[in-house]
Amino acid sequence: MAPVISFQDVSKVFGSGAGAVRAVDGVTLDIEAGEIFGVIGYSGAGKSTLVRLVNALETVTSGRLLVDGQDVTALGEGRLRRVRAGIGMVFQQFNLLNSRTVAGNVAYPLKVAGWPRERRAARVAELLDYVGIADKAKAYPRQLSGGQKQRVGIARALATSPRILLADEATSALDPDTTQDVLALLRRVNRELGVTVVVITHEMDVIRSIAHRVAVMEAGKVVEHGPVYDVFAAPRERATRRFVATTLKDRPTPEALDRLRHRHPGRIVTVAIRENGAGSGVDVTAALRAHGVDGTIVFGGITELDERPFGSLTLELTGSDAAISALIADLRGRTDVDDLGTAAVAGVRA
Amino acid sequence: MNRDWSELSPILWESVRETLYIVGVTVGSGGLLGLVLGVLLYATRRGNLLENVVVFSILNVAVNVVRPIPFIIFITAVGPVTLAVVGTTIGNDAVIFAMSIMATFVTARIVEQNLVATDPGVIEAARAMGASRLRILVTVLVPEALAPLILGYTFLLIGIVDMSALAGYVGGGGLGNFAIVYGYQRFNWEVTLVTVLVIIGMVQLAQLLGNWLARKALHR
Repeated sequence: MAPVISFQDVSKVFGSGAGAVRAVDGVTLDIEAGEIFGVIGYSGAGKSTLVRLVNALETVTSGRLLVDGQDVTALGEGRLRRVRAGIGMVFQQFNLLNSRTVAGNVAYPLKVAGWPRERRAARVAELLDYVGIADKAKAYPRQLSGGQKQRVGIARALATSPRILLADEATSALDPDTTQDVLALLRRVNRELGVTVVVITHEMDVIRSIAHRVAVMEAGKVVEHGPVYDVFAAPRERATRRFVATTLKDRPTPEALDRLRHRHPGRIVTVAIRENGAGSGVDVTAALRAHGVDGTIVFGGITELDERPFGSLTLELTGSDAAISALIADLRGRTDVDDLGTAAVAGVRA
Repeated sequence: MNRDWSELSPILWESVRETLYIVGVTVGSGGLLGLVLGVLLYATRRGNLLENVVVFSILNVAVNVVRPIPFIIFITAVGPVTLAVVGTTIGNDAVIFAMSIMATFVTARIVEQNLVATDPGVIEAARAMGASRLRILVTVLVPEALAPLILGYTFLLIGIVDMSALAGYVGGGGLGNFAIVYGYQRFNWEVTLVTVLVIIGMVQLAQLLGNWLARKALHR
């Protein structure tokens, strides 16, 4: 099946000459129909620009960008308006029209699309019911809470039954509980309506909650992408590791490591725990026993990602140097091991 | 004094009526043209929906040139144009013509300044829905800025009442003329005072109405 969005070496440059900024830098990426695709990155990584290329709010500088098989870089303003009308978008600051009621906001894209009044009213009622704010139809945005505003935003984005929904930091202005509600709604939109959802965020928990696949962006480039579990269970890039660290503080910070060394003179290693790796941690004890090494768990955390085990344990190993080296080599055959060394030879990282 | 008022009050009311007429027509025409000009001024600015350096520069300079001219000088300066369009340079209609031009440029700046504060995110949302630029200007930009625009127009209205006082100088009527002819020129301070009070009353009413409408437009 052809991808619903296909970036082919896409770049976006703002400005020119010495002041030019490559907001998006040679991105090649396919987003499949029916998936929830996450794009994670820090602010300034270019993720907001990337998503705005899809509905042509920003124009592509170079490369090809296919949306539903159509190269949007080749379209004029008139045709682009039709492409945009087929893509819903929700925003961090909701961007509701304060001069219109909730119903008026949801009706706006239908008016733009030329729906007759009677059909509009029925569709608006249906959408407000779907997102669970039918009772607020006559309220104005300023009278709503953040979560309610975003529900209106989602209803509005879905009005014309788009195949694609772009969510630009849709939960970043919401409190944790409301965030979960809105994410659940997005998941429902994806599952029940078959809408492809592209989620832009700087929050690892958002990706963890709803994304099937993820792309990590840094300085305009996609540095890593793939299924969420694969990318975060075995992060290859520093940016990815930092995001993993925000969701699970399972690895000691340099300061914590200093304190660990102070308390534990032995060799300190961090063993990644994941599916197909060191299993659930029991394997680690088995390996310790097999090599005649003692291990004290000094730091760590294991949680679930995509319903699979995910985390790491940091151990202080005591035993002969040869036995410890053999143990580490053995574990490395199954999972990632960070050898943090001893206080004497600090920082011998694998 | 009392003898005077039985004679003066019909003239005063006629002056009030004339002032309302002059101000009404000026706000209507200048306010509408100024709205169009102000929206264009905003929209053609760099980075906005109808970005156009040439149009923006011309409008911007025109507004900056016309606006600071003292109105009493402006009336005579546009005299030839007034003569060509209205057919005369004296009387209420001539004054309304000159006032409408001035009001257009003043309004343009007021409108532009109020539109600048509009959340660009809302405009982006409308673009994302596939709305055309013209539709966005008319159905998003202006309605979103309605409350400050109402306050801007209230401010404008009061400025126009101020301007209308000069109508008397070129053979027009209204309260300004009344105060000059029956108050100033006859050394009748009481008439001047009464006229001032009437004007203050009118301005107060306009301001109260403006504030009330602006509050309604906010939908809090």
